[in-house]
Amino acid sequence: MPEVQIRKRMLLVEEIFHEGGPVALKPHRRAAALVVIRNPYAGGYVEKIEGFMDDLKPLGLEMARSLVTALGGDPKVVEGYGKGAIVGAAGEIEHGALWHVPGGYAMRDVLGGAKAIVASTKKVGGPGTRLDIPITHINASYVRSHFDALEVGIADAPCADEILLALVMTTGARVHARVGGLKASEIKGEDGLR
Amino acid sequence: MKAEIRAKIRKIATFVEETSTEMGRKVDPPTRRAAAVAVIENPYAGKYVEDLSELMTIGEELGELLTQRAIAALGIEGPSAESYGKAAAVGENGELEHAAAILHPKLGVPVRRVLGKGAALIPSSKKRGGLGVVLDIPLGHKDAAFVRSHFDGMEVRISDAPRANEIMVAIAVTDSGRPLPRVGGLTKEQIKGEDGLR
Repeated sequence: MPEVQIRKRMLLVEEIFHEGGPVALKPHRRAAALVVIRNPYAGGYVEKIEGFMDDLKPLGLEMARSLVTALGGDPKVVEGYGKGAIVGAAGEIEHGALWHVPGGYAMRDVLGGAKAIVASTKKVGGPGTRLDIPITHINASYVRSHFDALEVGIADAPCADEILLALVMTTGARVHARVGGLKASEIKGEDGLR
Repeated sequence: MKAEIRAKIRKIATFVEETSTEMGRKVDPPTRRAAAVAVIENPYAGKYVEDLSELMTIGEELGELLTQRAIAALGIEGPSAESYGKAAAVGENGELEHAAAILHPKLGVPVRRVLGKGAALIPSSKKRGGLGVVLDIPLGHKDAAFVRSHFDGMEVRISDAPRANEIMVAIAVTDSGRPLPRVGGLTKEQIKGEDGLR
């Protein structure tokens, strides 16, 4: 199995006090962990790639834990999450899909069994490519106040033979959420949707 | 945040980068750098104002706040910092001079207080721009500007800032130089640290 080779990491934390409306009693916080790894399949078509998902599991857990730490250390404050990947030019979109399982389940584990599917996006791109990572509530995908997205990117990544992996966690609703829909207080929490 | 803070802050973003491999070669210890960026309301947006002293005071408080955020993000004490830099981007209803008022008269004193010394000029850049504008924050050694291994820059951007009436203010701090420096020049071991240059 290929070894996970890390070139660099980035941690981004945003603390939002207001967006032109009333100042939030508790600022809304959003954090992203980005890791740039070598793409073991860059440069040619490889049929069997599934095994790399297992290799990525420890990295997923480490990134998920680093996000909890960045948001204060208590997993209970995390209410939203999302994930994404940018595959360098010598790879294919399917390589980005390798991140779904290790990235998603790592966050669910660290958050104590979150129920909702982890919203995700991915693309192939060059260094400096930006990715808008979708964010939804961790236990009920339909919670409208928690639909959000965080833009991430690194100026010098991914190089052609690299993959940029991203996980995102947030502490709550958009800072001035007021468009109705299912509320976090109304979640049944059975099916991960409502 | 202190209650007396004058800047009307909409958001603060902190970025930490750690480089552990470059060209397949291990970087040991990894190089680390952090940037803290505040998005504030521009009190002078939309009109020409002669006296920019309010922004100078805001620069002073952000110098303290953002430097503290940056070293906290690196998990180091101020004196362990090796290089620094600053930058600002003014939204379209402001002027470049507003960035200058924040960055140059008063911001440096609290930065240096937090970091211990800081004999060297704090390298800076500024621009006017729209939402998502890229800021390249120049970096130089904090005690001796000529340390060649520490000449660097860090790119930051926030997709929703600066709005027309806002200013983005950034401070970057590192605990290291470039990942694999090998172009010679003054090294950090050779610093005299008297004049801020060598």
